[in-house]
Amino acid sequence: MKIVVCIKQVPDTTDVRIDPETRTLVREGVESITNPFDEYAVEEALLIKEKYGGEVHVITMGPPQAIEVLKNALAVGADHVYLLSDKAFAGSDTWATAYTLAHAVEKIGHVDLVICGKQAIDGDTAQVGPGVATQLSIPQLTYVSKVREANLENKRIVVERMLEDGKEIAESSLPALITVVKDINEPRLPSLLGIKKAAKAEIPTLTASDLAVDKSKCGLEGSPTEVVRVFTPEPRGDGEVLKGELNETIPLLAEKLMEAKVIK
Amino acid sequence: MARLLIDEEACTGCGACVEECPFGALEMKGDMVMVNEKCTFCGACIDVCPVEALSLEKEAKEAEGIDISEYKDVWVFIEHKGEKIANVSLELLGEGKKLANALGCKLCGMLMGDGVDHCAQEAIKYGADMVYLTESPVLNEYRTDSYAAGAVLLIKKYKPDIVIFGATTQGRDFAGTVATTIYTGLTADCTGLDIDSETKLLKQTRPAFGGNIMATILCQKRRPQMATVRPKVFAMPERDDSRTGEIVREQLPMSEDQVRTKILDFSQVAETVNLVDAEIIVSGGRGLGGPENFAVIRELANVLGGAVGASRAAVDAGWMPYEHQVGQTGRTVRPKIYIACGISGAIQHQAGMKTSDIIVAINKDPEAPIFKIATYGIVADLFQAVPMLIQEFKKRLGK
Repeated sequence: MKIVVCIKQVPDTTDVRIDPETRTLVREGVESITNPFDEYAVEEALLIKEKYGGEVHVITMGPPQAIEVLKNALAVGADHVYLLSDKAFAGSDTWATAYTLAHAVEKIGHVDLVICGKQAIDGDTAQVGPGVATQLSIPQLTYVSKVREANLENKRIVVERMLEDGKEIAESSLPALITVVKDINEPRLPSLLGIKKAAKAEIPTLTASDLAVDKSKCGLEGSPTEVVRVFTPEPRGDGEVLKGELNETIPLLAEKLMEAKVIK
Repeated sequence: MARLLIDEEACTGCGACVEECPFGALEMKGDMVMVNEKCTFCGACIDVCPVEALSLEKEAKEAEGIDISEYKDVWVFIEHKGEKIANVSLELLGEGKKLANALGCKLCGMLMGDGVDHCAQEAIKYGADMVYLTESPVLNEYRTDSYAAGAVLLIKKYKPDIVIFGATTQGRDFAGTVATTIYTGLTADCTGLDIDSETKLLKQTRPAFGGNIMATILCQKRRPQMATVRPKVFAMPERDDSRTGEIVREQLPMSEDQVRTKILDFSQVAETVNLVDAEIIVSGGRGLGGPENFAVIRELANVLGGAVGASRAAVDAGWMPYEHQVGQTGRTVRPKIYIACGISGAIQHQAGMKTSDIIVAINKDPEAPIFKIATYGIVADLFQAVPMLIQEFKKRLGK
């Protein structure tokens, strides 16, 4: 089973705060991390490889420092990693990102399964996974909470999908793309040997010409959408802490909630 | 390729742009600002520069044979489960009407299914002037392949200017595929949609970075302009039974063996109300101390007719199943009332609930961050306060 996992480096939003004076994002000391959903994607690839055999390739698109997330993937056991980096890729929206990632999957070649996290925590779009599947003309199964079976002999994958109102069991032919939710597994920690190996690894960079992409479909130029304004949201109005004994505050709270006219 | 240009003569090194940049792409080098490779060309820095030293150089995009003037009308994807239209689709009909009025065009439903005329009629009663309907047995239940093929067929033939979808699991799965196939822009999870009075473009505003910044996005050169919107962002419109409208039908030339995914089974979640549709959510966190104590959370939810949520801490501890997790790595919810019990309110939890209309925080730590965003806060032991609240509501509701 040849598996490609698409991962993204994101700012750790735990650290993201708003400066109360300027109402802008405070970026100082904000660490970059692997998108949490992508860690589940890498782990699932490793579990499938352990069960069925095969190899795990991990790709990320980003600036040169994004190799950090690839090193993490190597440290936990990915077989091959590639950085997709080129000035032509800068400013990509989800369309252009999916276009570029799909070219990298094709370049790796003969891929049976592509795994993505369900979304990235910085953009929260959940659009790149379906975009990559569509660019590759392979079926997609999104919001996967369990891979029941991934059978290369009859080219079939069976998964559980987490929907709003329940669990769907779905199957598709292989090759396919799945996006995974947090519940799917427990990502392993890197081994000491893995960390050493990752530290020494030379990470190959694939550029626009390596991927044979049409540059007019990459980066800002290839992106149908453009951000025209960025601003900080209005803060929520100052809340009210109800003061006093519970036998006073509880009826007061109930009164205020009844006023919203949703409690019947 | 685009570039952020810095006028070295004009730059005074004031650093205003460095603070404004949401991506950490600007740095001070001596008394000059420098741009690094993190720049996404969002343009946030340009407006704050007091000396207009920053500008964006963009290469003109080729129109690639798209005649934008051919595209007209506002479409709403009508999501349904056979019987009933999803509430979010009705909400979008309400908002779509405003957009259609601003543009002076028609509001249309885009419907896929097999024997779903009642849904088409329902969409018209909620504001659609007409409904484009693709019919086929392969559209009996939602699968990406068949639905995307049905939508692409309609969009290519009838050329809508705008198409909006509910940001449900289905809408997100589906819209991403359609936009990629058509090669047009798609903006996820919009919380604001407006028509620019001059350019007539759809201004799509959405949160990013867990709601810490907002971005307004345009799709200038490609059509349709597509966006997804989460449930409950827009108000439900009034139903008007006197409304009538045309239904335009298309057949989908697709057979079952061309659909690459099959649904084998579906099981409903155990709790009766799902979090995304719930008007009221009562959530518990680390302060609950153990799984058995969720009984008190469930009881309050039952009395109020709400759903039960949980923080990541409670889910990771194994007290509640993952389906109940609210927050960045769980579900994003937007109820009318969100009651957080024993939840400190880390930024990741806030990312999943801070757009709720009313937030109530019950926590014994007065320093808990949840109080900063709470509409009403009570600093108390939840094991005292919540049972009292249950009794109070039982009394008021006669339960």
